[in-house]
Order: sequence, then structure tokens, then C-alpha cells
Amino acid sequence: MQMHEYAAAAPLVGDAAALALWRSRRERFDAVPADQRLSQLRSSAADIRRQILATIDRAGLGHIGGDFSVTDILVTLFEGVLNIDPASPCWEQRDRFILSKGHCAAALYSVLASCGFFPPRRLVDFAATMSPLNGHPNRRKIPGVETNTGPLGHGLPVGVGCATAARIAGQGWRTFVVLGDGELQEGSNWEAAMYAAQRGLGSLTAIVDRNRLQQGASTADTNDLEPLADKWAAFGWETCVIDGHSYEQLLAVLGKAPGERPRAVIANTIKGKGVSFMENGVEWHHKVPSAAQVEAAMQELTA
Amino acid sequence: VSKEDSSSGFDCRQAFAEELAALAQADARIVAVCNDSVGSSNLGAFRKAFPERLINVGIAEQNMVGVAAGLANGGFRPFVCAAAPFLTGRALEQIKADVVYSDFPVVLCGMSPGVAYGELGPTHHSIEDLAWTRAIGDLAVIVPADPEETRAAMQWALKAGRPCFMRIGRTKVPAVMPEGRGFELGRATVLREGADVTLVAIGTMVTRALAAAEQLAAEGIDARVINAASVHPLDEESILAAARETRGIVTVEEAMVRGGLGSAVAELVSQKMPTPMRIMGITDFAPTGNSSAIFEFFGLTPANIARRAQELVHAH
Repeated sequence: MQMHEYAAAAPLVGDAAALALWRSRRERFDAVPADQRLSQLRSSAADIRRQILATIDRAGLGHIGGDFSVTDILVTLFEGVLNIDPASPCWEQRDRFILSKGHCAAALYSVLASCGFFPPRRLVDFAATMSPLNGHPNRRKIPGVETNTGPLGHGLPVGVGCATAARIAGQGWRTFVVLGDGELQEGSNWEAAMYAAQRGLGSLTAIVDRNRLQQGASTADTNDLEPLADKWAAFGWETCVIDGHSYEQLLAVLGKAPGERPRAVIANTIKGKGVSFMENGVEWHHKVPSAAQVEAAMQELTA
Repeated sequence: VSKEDSSSGFDCRQAFAEELAALAQADARIVAVCNDSVGSSNLGAFRKAFPERLINVGIAEQNMVGVAAGLANGGFRPFVCAAAPFLTGRALEQIKADVVYSDFPVVLCGMSPGVAYGELGPTHHSIEDLAWTRAIGDLAVIVPADPEETRAAMQWALKAGRPCFMRIGRTKVPAVMPEGRGFELGRATVLREGADVTLVAIGTMVTRALAAAEQLAAEGIDARVINAASVHPLDEESILAAARETRGIVTVEEAMVRGGLGSAVAELVSQKMPTPMRIMGITDFAPTGNSSAIFEFFGLTPANIARRAQELVHAH
């Protein structure tokens, strides 16, 4: 069989030092009182946002607005919720995490690297020629990626499959899927939502990164999603609306034990969160900051 | 549902259903995923034996293929059973991204492919599937020619544990494969030796190619007949040998001529062993009729296959 160029980039492997750091953060998180947990997540999220900024700056491309809106959700999941072992990324009992909005790969990669799924220093290869760190995640190259996303409307059906597998196998692992809000304009999500409710897939949680902006305009001006919570509820999902930048609210809902029905979490977020001149700016969907903007943003994220 | 083709033989869906149940009996990882197609995919017995392992997502093909990928992620070996036109056409991006690019061991079983649905018309015909699937990564594209090859291909797919697309024929076919031949990806079967011209066929067209070879023999033309079976990857050795040893190649498929078996053979021989060819298949949306009538309309008859082979023999 012919070996193609893209296949030639060797898959990434785990990083012991980053893994040890993640384990110690995770142990501390489990040991400390609630208020200290929140400050730990805040500190980790600031690290991740700086890493995303540096990664996009170096690559000269990325989706920084959505990366920043989803950062707190990802950090909360990987540092405080998911039952995973980055040293054993294919452990059968692991919780499954799927980033359906695959264009926010820089955010996912930054988080996966911080967990030790691969060496954080490899983030400099983001989107570089022949790099395993493609502009959209590839599970064949990156440990911790469960399925290849990029085209929108793909993550939830795969997540429904993961949750169905847990059901048939009689296993207790959970499945979390993060979706963009604009992505909900894809009909495949609603096929999946309908079936997840039909099967009563309580182990499945969909988190909507509700930043209210899609590539070219607001969701309201494009193809309005409201009443969004009512839609999920009408499809038979246990539904809640939270502040997607509140670690307290994220932890409360994501850490809650599974119920009888799949759970939809509409996480209200701010596109570009954390950098004042990016927040709620539609142009920051995939705009790349200038050197001066990177400096200014880095200062805000360090404060 | 379309009136049955009157020709005698076997409906490969029956062999498929029996084999799937047998494989599932021995391997708890096997699940069937379908789109309200329990009846048309003959999954009734499977459902009875393994109710938990039959995942019927309803009429939702995109979700069906995504769910199959997720089941594979969770350790299962899904066989997706759905009418070929909807499985491929409706869920093509899920096949590309969720199954092939993600590299999950999902077996996509396109039921009643080609023009098997006859009078139901081009919406229900699956003639584009080979062109579409052949263009996706390294997806294995398999067209079994008879019930035994269908079973063997399923056994192979389970062992191989890689993304596969497989046609499961509804149009009745006789047994054409030698007993015990089995299936291997990238391996064709020479069903009849011949030195003058070669007929390369797949699926329902294999028996017609064999009949054409009989007619050619009566006229003193010695035709080799090859069942290609593995459309991607092709059995390059067998095809190149035919190009080298005979005066030309006629390909015959129950599929659109642009992008299917004929294209695959042409891509190969034009670069490695240029040889005259005739590419026979379906050239446009079919008119109303059962599959036999449609084969007739597009000239997919033994007499016409023989005629095209004669052109090659006489011209060169």
C-alpha cells in the first residue's frame, strides 16, 4: 500500500513531565475545598489562554474567538470532571470527550498537552507543514482525540454512538460533547438529539458553547437558534442554561451524576473571552492578532 | 417495493443476514446499525437473537453513520445496514470524516445497490456509490458476486478491522465463485481462462460476463473472465496480466461508468500497460423498469458484452 505524505507524520506520544503536573493538579483539585478549586481552574484557564494565543501567533492561523469562549469549559472538564488517564489514552473505561467544533483545535491541543497526552513543546508545530497537529484534530495522530472533527454537525452523532456503546457494554463511562452554537444549524445534530432521548442516554452530556456568533455574523441574524433551551427540552433532553465562564456553575452541572435522560448544557459564553478587544467581535472568529495585539492580549491574560 | 427480477438465483441479502447472525453469535463485539431498515436488510432474525445489539436510529442516515463510528470507538464492530443510495449519498461526509479519516472498523453494507430497486427509480438507485466511495482515503470498496463471496467478504472485513464499504446485492445471482475461494482484499478471481480478450466484471455482471464468454467461444473467441470483487484496491497483478496477455479489456459494472470499476481499471492500465478498453455500465439516470429492463436499456446483456469484446478483438 502506498504511504501518503500525511500519514508519514509520526503520531504524538505522551509526555511524562506534563502528565505528572496534570496529576498533581488533579490530586490537589480533589483534595482542596470548593473555593480553592475555582481559583485553581481560573489559574489553569489563564495558562491555557496564553498558550492558545502563543500557538496561534506562531502558526499564523487559528480560531481564537471560539478558542477563548470554550477554554473554561475545556479546562473544567479536563481538570475537574473527566475520568481519564492521559498515560493510557485508549483505556476502555475512560470518559469520552468530543470537541465537535473541531476548528477550535488550538484550544483542545493546548489542554491535551497540559494533561500530558503529548509534550506541550510540540504545540509550536500547530498547523505546521507535515505536523501531526492539523488545523482540525486527527485521532490517528493525537492521543486524547476521540474522533476526527472539523465539518460541523459530526460530534454529537459519534457521541451518541459512544454512549450507546457504554449502554450495550454495561459500562459506566460518560460521554461529553462540546458543540458550537452556530453548528446547531446542522440538521445532523437534531437527528442525534432525537435518538439520544429515544434511548434515554443519561451518560451523554452535550455542552453548547453559546457565544452567539458564527463565522460571518450573529446566530440571531443568520439562522436564529432561539428558543434554544426549549428546543433541547422539546427533544427530550434534561436542559439547563449556565454561565459558561463560571467554574462554579460548570462544575456543578458537569459533575452531577447522570440521570435518566441525556443532558444539554447551554453554556452562555463570550467569543474572545479574556481579551477586551476581542470579546464579542465577530471578526475574531479566525482573525490572527498582530504582534502589538498579541502583546496587549498577553498582558490582559497575565493580569 | 419493486417487483422481483424473474431471473433465478440467490438474493445476497439472505446470505448476509445469516452470516451476520452467525458472526454475531461468535463475536459479542458485532452490532448492526440501521435506518428503519430491519425488513429491507433482513435483520429480523438478528434483532430476535440480539435485541440489544440492533441499533435502529430511524430514518436518519447521517446520525446512523456517526453512531456507528461512536460504537466502534466504544469497542464494538458495527455493520451498518442500509439501502446503498441513502447510506452513501446522504451520509457521505460521515463516511469520509467519522469512519474513514477517523479510521474506525466500521463495515458499511450498502443493501440493494445498483438498480436493484428498479421501478422505484433513480432516487432509489445506487449507481454513484462506487465513484463516491472509491474517492475516499483508503476505504476498502468491495462488490461480492454471489452469496458465498458475500459471506467471505464479511468474514474478511471482521478480521481486517478497517473501514469497508460493501455492496450487498438484492438482484438474484447464481453461484459463480469456486467453492472455498474465500475473499481477500485486492484479489480478483479468474473464473475462465482465455487468451484473446478479457472481461472484467463485478457483482451482478459477473454471470453476464460468463454468458458473454460462452457466446464468444461459439464464435471462436477465447475470452478470459475476471471477477474483480475488490474495486479498491484493485488486483493490479491480475488486471495487468490481462492487459499484457489479451488484446483488450471490457469492464462491466452495475454502476455509473464515470468513477467506478472501469475507471479504476483504466487508471491502472493507462499508466502501466496501455491496452484498448471498453467500459460498460450505466451512463445516466435510468428509465422506469425492473433491473433486467434497465440492464437491457444500458446494453448490459451477454450479447452486447460479447459484441463490445469482438470490437476489441477485431480492431487489434
